[in-house]
Amino acid sequence: MTPSVVAMTIIFGIILVGAITGVYAGFRRQMSLEQWTVGGRGFGLVLIWLLMAGEVYTTFAFLGASGWAYSRGGPTLYIVAYLTLAYVVSFFILPRIWEAGRKFSLHTQADFFQQRYGSKYLAALVAVVGFLFIIPYLQLQLTGLGLIVQIASFDAISRPLAITIAFIVVAGFVLSSGIRAVAWVSVLKDTLMLVAAFSIGIGVPYHYFGGIKPMFQALVQAKVQHLTMPGSTATMGHTWYISTVLLTSLGFYMWPHAFCSVFTAKSGNTLRRNAVIMPLYTITLPLLFFVGYTAILVTPGLKNGDLALLSTVRKTFSPWFLGLVGGAGALTAMVPAAILILAAGTLFAKNFFRPLFAPSMSDAGVARLAKVMVVMITALAMYFAIYSSTTLVGLLLFAYSGIAQFFPGVVLGLFWKRVTALGVFAGLVVGVGCDMFLIFTKHDPFHGLNAGFIALCLNLIVTTVVSATTVAEPDRFEEQVATAVAADAVM
Amino acid sequence: MSRNGVLSLLLAFVPFVAMCFSVALWDRVYPLVFGLPFNLFWLVAWIPLTSLSMWGVYHLWNRHEDSRTSPAGKEPPK
Repeated sequence: MTPSVVAMTIIFGIILVGAITGVYAGFRRQMSLEQWTVGGRGFGLVLIWLLMAGEVYTTFAFLGASGWAYSRGGPTLYIVAYLTLAYVVSFFILPRIWEAGRKFSLHTQADFFQQRYGSKYLAALVAVVGFLFIIPYLQLQLTGLGLIVQIASFDAISRPLAITIAFIVVAGFVLSSGIRAVAWVSVLKDTLMLVAAFSIGIGVPYHYFGGIKPMFQALVQAKVQHLTMPGSTATMGHTWYISTVLLTSLGFYMWPHAFCSVFTAKSGNTLRRNAVIMPLYTITLPLLFFVGYTAILVTPGLKNGDLALLSTVRKTFSPWFLGLVGGAGALTAMVPAAILILAAGTLFAKNFFRPLFAPSMSDAGVARLAKVMVVMITALAMYFAIYSSTTLVGLLLFAYSGIAQFFPGVVLGLFWKRVTALGVFAGLVVGVGCDMFLIFTKHDPFHGLNAGFIALCLNLIVTTVVSATTVAEPDRFEEQVATAVAADAVM
Repeated sequence: MSRNGVLSLLLAFVPFVAMCFSVALWDRVYPLVFGLPFNLFWLVAWIPLTSLSMWGVYHLWNRHEDSRTSPAGKEPPK
């Protein structure tokens, strides 16, 4: 057997095991909208931890982080900071989001806005913005999967074909079993991912330099300025670092799919305990940085930094191990992709199409439309994945800059009575508009600051000012709490 | 907000200061610690320290919630 056949067989074997686990997890369960999207709201500490960890370790961490360590250097450190700090933020807001979700049987992020602000237009806007910014994140996963197959097949399978295969597997997986499948495949994915991260993070520097310490000593000799900010970039200094860490750690739980996984939790306390444990999971990221840093010395001159990890693994280890790493990488793309697609499909059907165009549609109809959208959105991301050449981290940062614009609407909605639908609507439009303008006119970073962060500040100001000048509406979370308590008292 | 509530917010802010705002102070290569450049070592060290802070936050917050659900004005049952 040639090396490429060995590696590819192992990768597809792992994908197959993942797919079977997924389909089996959904087998014999009635897939109502409630079950398909929020797993019947009964996930305890273990399942919720798996689901949330499953969302974190995407291809972005696996290939993107090592790729940026390779091509950018110092600025990559923002990833360790933002992932850790995101859990700090989550401690205070997720339990409140969960409470609202439980009380009003919410399925999606837009439901949350609909319930709090009572405006179907605001909810539809949230759905559209969420849907739009999920696409680059999904594109990231498909691109990653494409890179894996390309490298593991020793360039025998073309990227477009690889991405098409990925698309079929992912869409089939989501359609058959919903969110429960995703949580269970996460078990397989995270086990493989941990094994891969530890063995290559330690093994690669050891193989070439006899350890991590000598590797860094050699790197310091060769390229000392690469290791601090702005590294090998011109614009990513300390201002960029602070603004990017703030933007992404505040934006982390503003993802539409993050709301879905919050709603699956059994209690608010589960989420708080999660916030204590989860930071520890970030510890695998530096291992992936080690691979990227080693690659600078042993695999220099790659045009695409995102190939650094895989090229180095291919060069260092035997094909079966490349297959194992590739398989782990493939699952780290598939699992998050499935979660993203699920959220996007549901958002489109439930919060955009039905309220605006087909008010009489049944829940079953919504579930059917959501499934059609699964295919559509995956195809769209596949198209972009084949034709674009942005780095993986670049894609993620773009997606975050848009998604973080939900922060004022969510957090003020939870903690400030005076905030109004009009205020949030105006803030969101200004924030997303400013963000897109700065990015598409190539002004990111803008005077050293992350463009998304500037947009977020503007958004916050507009939301606050417009809310203060419009008539306050009742807080629809509080209102219902009062009735619910009263009903309890009567009984 | 109760004293415990304020304290838990302040404690949660500590990792933000350490990992984000103070970047200019620790973003350097030397001294290498355990073979890692200083900036990487600093951030790695703050991963478990953040977890530890959150453990403290969790306990402070629980006390804060307890004091909210059983207001001090009420007579204890006899």
